[in-house]
Amino acid sequence: MSKAVIDALVARFPDAVHDPYVGVGGDDCAFVRKERIADVCRFLKEDPALDFNQAPYVTAVDYLGVEPRFEVVYNLTSTSKNHRIRLRVKVPEDDCQIPSVWGVWRGVDWFERYCWDMYGIRFPGHPDHRRLFMYDEFQGHPLRKDYPLRGRQPLVPERPVEEIYRGPGPGGRD
Amino acid sequence: MSIEAKGPSEHGDARPALPAGPTELDAEGLRTRRMVINLGPSHPATHGVTKFIVELDGETITDTKIEIGYLHRGFEKSCESVTWTQCFPYTDRLNYVSSIMNNVGFALAVEKLCRLDIPERAKWLRVISSEMHRICDHLTMVGAMGMELGAFTVFLYGIEARDLLWDRLTELCGARLTSNYVRIGGVARDLPDGWIEKTRRSLARAAELREEIGGLLIRNRIFMDRTRGTGVVTRAQALDFGFTGPCLRASGEPYDLRKAAPYLVYDQVEFDVPVGKNGDNFDRFLMRMEEMRQSERILEQCFQKIPAGDIVVDDVRYVLPPKPQVYGTIEGAMGHFKLIMEGIKVPAGEAYSYTEAANGELGFYLVSDGGGRPYKLGLRAPGWPLVSALPYVMKGSLLADLVPTYDSVNMIGGEVEQ
Amino acid sequence: MSADLDVVPGITTRREEAMSTLQKLVSAPLGWARKYSLYQYPFVTACCGIEYMSLACARYDVARFGAEIPRFSPRQADLLLVVGTVNCKQAPVLKRVFEQMAEPKWVIAFGVCASSGGFYDNYATVQGIDRVIPVDVYIPGCPPRPEQVLDGLMLLQKKIQGQKHTLIDRQALPAGTGRGP
Repeated sequence: MSKAVIDALVARFPDAVHDPYVGVGGDDCAFVRKERIADVCRFLKEDPALDFNQAPYVTAVDYLGVEPRFEVVYNLTSTSKNHRIRLRVKVPEDDCQIPSVWGVWRGVDWFERYCWDMYGIRFPGHPDHRRLFMYDEFQGHPLRKDYPLRGRQPLVPERPVEEIYRGPGPGGRD
Repeated sequence: MSIEAKGPSEHGDARPALPAGPTELDAEGLRTRRMVINLGPSHPATHGVTKFIVELDGETITDTKIEIGYLHRGFEKSCESVTWTQCFPYTDRLNYVSSIMNNVGFALAVEKLCRLDIPERAKWLRVISSEMHRICDHLTMVGAMGMELGAFTVFLYGIEARDLLWDRLTELCGARLTSNYVRIGGVARDLPDGWIEKTRRSLARAAELREEIGGLLIRNRIFMDRTRGTGVVTRAQALDFGFTGPCLRASGEPYDLRKAAPYLVYDQVEFDVPVGKNGDNFDRFLMRMEEMRQSERILEQCFQKIPAGDIVVDDVRYVLPPKPQVYGTIEGAMGHFKLIMEGIKVPAGEAYSYTEAANGELGFYLVSDGGGRPYKLGLRAPGWPLVSALPYVMKGSLLADLVPTYDSVNMIGGEVEQ
Repeated sequence: MSADLDVVPGITTRREEAMSTLQKLVSAPLGWARKYSLYQYPFVTACCGIEYMSLACARYDVARFGAEIPRFSPRQADLLLVVGTVNCKQAPVLKRVFEQMAEPKWVIAFGVCASSGGFYDNYATVQGIDRVIPVDVYIPGCPPRPEQVLDGLMLLQKKIQGQKHTLIDRQALPAGTGRGP
């Protein structure tokens, strides 16, 4: 069903789109080079045969230990043609930015802010590039694999409550 | 005398700068200036904690900035540190008014990665419990919308109807609100005896209360004045903003995942998908009322069609074996031990699975490294595009229209702030 | 039960806790009045808020305990009902709301996230609001059933009855208060 989409994409952008594959459950996916992601997305939206009018989910994954470290995943859907694809873009840690696709779909606004807040990936071209969940004094990007689970940075000094056990928590993790 | 936004800046939020320079003279020769006010983060609308920084020109909103994060509980990072089955309570508390749908969404995603097929009866049970929680979600939204526009009676009726359904769900799942009912491979418990009959009666009574709410609100002059024509989102705008679910359908786009990409047993039940015309608050309200009627239709068909059978797969790699086997056979004991200590071993890979939750497309993007704990558990919250579009939707409308618009998109804090 | 410890006993070993008969005559009716007319400030954040909605409505009526009216300004409230998870970003807001309330004031930690952080032991949440403000009654549960919340409310009422209430509060103001910029 969406295989035709991937074929059209590979035919149109042979240098930018590589390694298409069929994922689990029949999802059609491909890898895209990060410099061309905005052009690819614009083509997917504006081509009348493809008509990907929504990008319901854009997220990032931290593959610590693998180079390039991050991967930004775009799940795109077309409500009129009823097909979906997934695009994966590898982002290295030393050049941790990727062009924003806000100009293509305004709905990816908060998804890109989430990737910046949680993973530290920049999106030049995004109109409102600030943290989404964490407060501005927060240092670091919590969902990275090297950020500790219990790395709290309290804003108000905590009251001394001596009777409560303040140990490291169950299992000794972190 | 100037009105400035004095507020705690200990959390350094970005506020729109007060318009600098001398004040302008308006048409009558009065000096005016825009006012910046702060709504939240602890405010009466029980929708979760959101901070609005609203810039006003008289009563007209010129700009809004929305700050979220006051309920961020680290859902994704917590799920990365527990086993796959232990993620279910975390998913419960995402959209806490319809928690079974979150459970179902997550379970479907894991089963997609595991290439696991669940028994028929489990599918029907998942649909029954999901649709009941969908009705509860819509009742909460309808009641809260009425209350915040001043109709407190509507809230009482809505909560009473919801309590009736929760009584039935308590008998089924064990908890009223955060149910933790679904397991990977099926569901946790089977229907108690006589439950279907009792549920039919509860649904009938809840339907009566819902029709009374409709009678109180739909032809009500005040309600119509406040919700018709306010918060209008056109079809093109809705698609561009990434709306899904009832809000998208209220703007005129007939896209429902239960019809477009049927999962579980939605292709074996008949129901209609209501589509709105204007995309205003009134349409979104009517959309919820109509969806409740369709959910009751689905439930009646489920009660008639549900087959007998198992409620979980009979596979010791995914499901705890029954207790006689655990204490009697060595395979049962080993299977039980490995499942509890190490968790379900999901094959390495990634998958994105989506369902039609009460608010829209609820998606789970899973990455597994082959172990017993998720490597990444990404949540696509249906409320995100709805709330992020609010500043654009509210530009140019009155301050009093902010409340019905915010209610009608039904933003649930738990899923938006994960 | 732990609530019994908060009841000032008739015979006590600490001089400042002892109440004379006249004081007891004043304190008991004041305590009765205060416990049956609690103005709550529902600081609602998360899932427990949905149970709070159930609690305030017709079936598990909290109005019969006198605690019906939610006052959405902390200046007008005397019971801070912290409902749901409080995270590090919300903690300064909670502290500010609590400091705005006038004495006598009480705090109920509704739900296990407010009592001890719940199962959200991670970078974002405060492990119990007693690390930020003092708490009188903890109601565990995730979310607690409305009957459990009403039980906690009754515990608070027993505690209020047992506390020392005076007509005129002669406590010194904290240092630094007063007029000035």
